Amino acid sequence: MAETPTTDLTALRRSPLESLAEAMREGSVTGPRAVALREIPFLAMAGIRVTPGTDAARALCDVVGLELPERVGRVTGSPEATALLWQGPDEYLLVAPDETEVPAGLHERELEPGALPSLSTHPLVARLSSALAASGERGQVVDLSANRTTLELTGPAAREVLEKGCPLDLHPREFAVGEAVSTTLGPVQVLLWRTGEERWRVMPRASFARYTALWLLDAMLEFASPAVA
Amino acid sequence: MLLIECPYCGPRDETEYHYGGEAHVPYPEDPFELSDREWAEYLFYRNNPKGLLKERWVHTVGCRRWFNVVRDTASYEITAVYRMGENAPQPGGQ
Ligand SMILES: [Zn+2]
Repeated sequence: MAETPTTDLTALRRSPLESLAEAMREGSVTGPRAVALREIPFLAMAGIRVTPGTDAARALCDVVGLELPERVGRVTGSPEATALLWQGPDEYLLVAPDETEVPAGLHERELEPGALPSLSTHPLVARLSSALAASGERGQVVDLSANRTTLELTGPAAREVLEKGCPLDLHPREFAVGEAVSTTLGPVQVLLWRTGEERWRVMPRASFARYTALWLLDAMLEFASPAVA
Repeated sequence: MLLIECPYCGPRDETEYHYGGEAHVPYPEDPFELSDREWAEYLFYRNNPKGLLKERWVHTVGCRRWFNVVRDTASYEITAVYRMGENAPQPGGQ
């Protein structure tokens, strides 16, 4: 009997924290010092390198429908839809909802160097690659969706949990809602994105995700009990 | 713990950076022209002042950019930070 090849590869994906979903639900704390942890799996991410002000930058902005964020901490767009995070003076991270569309000819031509502008199966990332190629200028668009996963920490105690292991000042006067930076949480390099007053995204690389989630669960533990005066 | 001002990200803890040695050591124009001794001096010999030293740092966990720092090797005081390709600020000038 002939085997039917799987065409929907998304059914085979496993997110880095799938095995901890239960532990994160159970480790979430309620009450006056509530803090909850969950994974937002499979967000699409793409690394963009382009010099601001060039034709290539304008072409990419037109495709995304957003301006480039201008300096450290800045984010354009929104966490619920599509966003561009500042990573460096000519480096940005696109974060977008999960979507899969296998580009025409991928299976036949993926091994042919340069035959396709992009091997990404995310339609927006593929469109960005095509726009950059068409601009003829220097730059880079790389699908990094599998590089990091996203943890969401929410609740009135969320900031206190992060403050146990982050060297930055997370007080709202220094770290406004909507800002995102690269820093460390414990020993792990993460992107930290404040998406709401009491809502943070912590984005570690996939191989550090388990450690980071367990670190956060441990840091959350004390908030289940009343504060010690 | 040093507090180092990244020219792109602002002040961050020393743990966010890596040290890159003395700055402004020019790559030899033609490495094949050098004797073994000259090559070794290019690779390994550095000034070792007690006082101000121009050195390179990289903001590893942040913007990942290299930049230059003028630091007092005795007091650890950082007197200037400037980007790659820029000239070092003159002491007292700025
Ligand atoms: Zn930096």
